[in-house]
Amino acid sequence: MDSASAIDAPRGARLPTVVSDRLAKKYSRNLKERAIEALLFLAAFVSVFTTAGIVYILVKESVVFFSQVPILDFLTDRQWTPLFDDAHYGIRVLLSGTITSSVVALLVAIPLGTTIAVYLSEFASPRAREVAKPVLELLSGVPTIVYGYFALLFVTPLLQALIPSLPGFNLLSAGIVMGIMIVPYVASISEDAMRAVPMSLREGSFAMGATRLQTAMKVVVPAATSGIAAAYILGISRAVGETMILAVAAGMQPNLTFNPLEPAATITAYIVQVALGDLPHGSVGYQTIFAAGLSLLLLTLMFNLIGFWMRRRYREVY
Amino acid sequence: MVTDMEARTQPKAHATMLGSAQPGAMPPGTGEEPAPPLKAESRRLSFHYGSFKALKDVSMPVHEHRVTALIGPSGCGKSTFLRCFNRMHDLYPGNRYDGQIVLHPDNTDLLAADVDPIEVRMRVSMVFQKPNPFPKSIYENVAYGLRVRGVRNKNLLDEKVEESLRGAALWDEVENRLNEVGSNLSGGQQQRLCIARALATDPEIMLFDEPTSALDPIATASIEELISELKKKVTILIVTHNMQQAARVSDFTAYMYLGELVEFDKTDTIFFKPRRKETEDYITGRFG
Repeated sequence: MDSASAIDAPRGARLPTVVSDRLAKKYSRNLKERAIEALLFLAAFVSVFTTAGIVYILVKESVVFFSQVPILDFLTDRQWTPLFDDAHYGIRVLLSGTITSSVVALLVAIPLGTTIAVYLSEFASPRAREVAKPVLELLSGVPTIVYGYFALLFVTPLLQALIPSLPGFNLLSAGIVMGIMIVPYVASISEDAMRAVPMSLREGSFAMGATRLQTAMKVVVPAATSGIAAAYILGISRAVGETMILAVAAGMQPNLTFNPLEPAATITAYIVQVALGDLPHGSVGYQTIFAAGLSLLLLTLMFNLIGFWMRRRYREVY
Repeated sequence: MVTDMEARTQPKAHATMLGSAQPGAMPPGTGEEPAPPLKAESRRLSFHYGSFKALKDVSMPVHEHRVTALIGPSGCGKSTFLRCFNRMHDLYPGNRYDGQIVLHPDNTDLLAADVDPIEVRMRVSMVFQKPNPFPKSIYENVAYGLRVRGVRNKNLLDEKVEESLRGAALWDEVENRLNEVGSNLSGGQQQRLCIARALATDPEIMLFDEPTSALDPIATASIEELISELKKKVTILIVTHNMQQAARVSDFTAYMYLGELVEFDKTDTIFFKPRRKETEDYITGRFG
């Protein structure tokens, strides 16, 4: 069909269906788009699937465990002795170690991390920040096993010089070193949150005759509350889930105590111990690690929910 | 009192004439009254951002209890000049002042090395282009300047907060919600909150850096009215892109171009009988 006949076509006749090359659908491109879409979906799906799989295994194995150990005993028993003939399964023993060491770690990490963040974001010269931030982030690259030995062989002797009665394995030393390990996370995320506070707010504060410190503490930190809270929550999650430092430096003795000067086992340290093969596969003792793992998961989930809630509650609109 | 009324209403009347203004047409009632006393003056003020010279030898008076408008095309240095008055440039490294800004009656050079910029900012407050209330309650926003000065007396704070909010024509709207967050207010209210904040510390000079450029016409009108009201108490310097606004609110106008002060005079003179050709071109819209 040539163009002349298309123009001469009578009214109501179909227009020619020739689409110019530029407007025509390109099937190869269409296919590529769909392939990429599928790939992206798959990537997202894998992470969700993994999480679901972990939860499934934990719950399934825990059900087996709880069919032999009443859940009430699990929650109320004051002893944790899965290896003994007279076995007790009181998770509170392991929880106490986890909580105590985490509290010590946070007492170190939160003040130190926040101070560093305020300094880096509000006081440091651009050059100082350029140097300090990568060095700080390097700290988070140190393997935790190295931190563990640092705690056991350096910090503990140091503390023993101050507190002679301190045993070689203790929660204090492990907690302090764990705190140092978390500092970069807390500092880095808090600093990002503070730097995201618009300059106009700082200028407004300075224009009112505020000093740098007043501007930082009265305007920038409150404006960055949600981000700083997120940093703390992440720090807590790290502390609760940390394994190696505690396995190495805190001793692996289950001990129901909130005294950081004593040795104790945490949930994570216990799981390591069992996973190393002290218990026969399939025994009740072996099943305990799933129940312990589930407890840990619920604990961190709780903190994440608190963090989520806090972010929504205190989110600032600039 | 009568002169005050005149000062406020006259520029408005002229503004309506602007469209057909004949440069050189002499408006009635200008040129006789003696110039009001000086509140501040810049003397051969130059300013550098690193190696870039943003202000060149600017010498300009600021008259007490009058509104002085700074106009000129973007990048002419008017905001830079304004921000010299409260040493805002000190916040960023690499900035350098030459020359003086003398504050009367005590003859202090605001830019002198031994002058504390924080003290300067307590005497010269500022309202910004975009409303920037702090993420605090309305009350705490206004009380901020007093709090950073260490004022703890609750009665004094209450009194000053109310006085400032009334001064910024915001009290009636927020009286019952002083504990709400400042950012919940509308844009115009937020800007008035920022004005109240700047007023609370009894400044001698208030700087306005394009205070209405983020606001709608109604909010703009209320801010302009407020500025005319505020000059009874403080001396005002305002940067504006809007020439009608300069004509409406100011008593004196400075036209700046490329970091230089081209012309400074009474607003009527600048708008109706500029001495310089460049000013006339800008005012009449042939340039900029």
